[in-house]
Amino acid sequence: MADEVILLDLWASMFGMRTRIALAEKKVKYEYREEDLENKSSLLLEMNPVHKKIPVLIHNGKSVCESLIQVEYIDETWPGDNSLLPSDPYQRAHARFWGDFIDKKVNVTARRIWATKGEEQEASNELIEILKTLEAELGDKHYFGGETFGYVDIALIGFYSWFGVYDKFGNISIESECSKLIAWAKRCMQRESVAKALPETEKVTTFISQCLGLE
Amino acid sequence: MAKKEDSVKLLGFWASPFSRRVEMALKLKGVPYEYLEEELPKKTPLLLELNPVHKKVPVLVHNDKILSESHVILEYIDQTWSNNPILPQDPYEKAMARFWAKFVDEQILPAGFMSLVKAEKGIEVAIEETRELIMFLEKEVTGKDFFGGKTLGFLDIVAGSMISFCLARAWECMGIDMISEEKFPGLNRWIEKLNEVEIVRECIPPKEKHIERMNKIIERTMSS
Repeated sequence: MADEVILLDLWASMFGMRTRIALAEKKVKYEYREEDLENKSSLLLEMNPVHKKIPVLIHNGKSVCESLIQVEYIDETWPGDNSLLPSDPYQRAHARFWGDFIDKKVNVTARRIWATKGEEQEASNELIEILKTLEAELGDKHYFGGETFGYVDIALIGFYSWFGVYDKFGNISIESECSKLIAWAKRCMQRESVAKALPETEKVTTFISQCLGLE
Repeated sequence: MAKKEDSVKLLGFWASPFSRRVEMALKLKGVPYEYLEEELPKKTPLLLELNPVHKKVPVLVHNDKILSESHVILEYIDQTWSNNPILPQDPYEKAMARFWAKFVDEQILPAGFMSLVKAEKGIEVAIEETRELIMFLEKEVTGKDFFGGKTLGFLDIVAGSMISFCLARAWECMGIDMISEEKFPGLNRWIEKLNEVEIVRECIPPKEKHIERMNKIIERTMSS
């Protein structure tokens, strides 16, 4: 039986980007459906009744929610010859730890730069610290997992398309503070799966500016 | 692969559900370990050295490998010691177990504690909202002994440590009958089943001491 895979998503979601990248890395054919968050589809509400959020991965009628859980599910369901997570339990745990760190820290802080008034300075300072921690973890490696692109890279790279937003509203320059991380991001962008999944930074910045009524 | 000469140490805290759940997993697998109690809120130099990123318990040290974050540790334990598996084999079932475990820690915990203590929307609203979240779990466990089926699994360990042996005590302190028998027959039965498992009973924080601590935390949170 042919697999039916549907992804309910939003073009600008750095979480949806993770799932798109994972599906592309595994060459899984899927139907992409853009959601309007002001007017959520009945399918979204049915498939993610708990959070009512995107992305939602629907595989043969069954839904998997939460982007990093989706990435692991994709890795386990379509093993192929390119694993997104290491097979060694400790290396795997290490990757999950950093995925969890990114989930707990990055968006919560980054959002405050543009979505909350009066916190731009504090939030952007905190964001730089978080990115520097990640940069230290990357070290001199090609990717977070070493030579191969994987889970932690996938967890973080979507935020790169939002760096313009953080720079603009936080009055910072992530490039000058975290040059190694930017170099890593550019390496990732050379992968077709990433280049296709990430929108242009300018498009995201314009979108957010419009949301805030500034353009 | 685990070997005979394995050294396993766990830095934990007696009242932490995150730490207790790791103990449950180690006991379930029959893994001998050395337990090191952190006297929180004071943090030992060892804890700060082993977990510089979060500075929290639990931290598991397996030979020369250092692991933190309870969900990460649980999965590591499951992959390293393959007897009595905690996670299902099927990728979809595994994804569901992970989803609900995340839901317990990231949704039920804040709703079931902070929202109640602060009661910004009023206590009755906060209680109802918490019950709505818990109802999702009721549906997951109805018709089963455990979330994992016939035996304890990942979600039982996470939800057991967080809800039955931590949040339930906070609710008792606040005089709230959160998981009533009438509305949550499945979960009540599950809690009874959990209490029948010896290794779970060994990992429940002592009640009186725990209630005393909860009361202090609630008072402190209310006045902050």
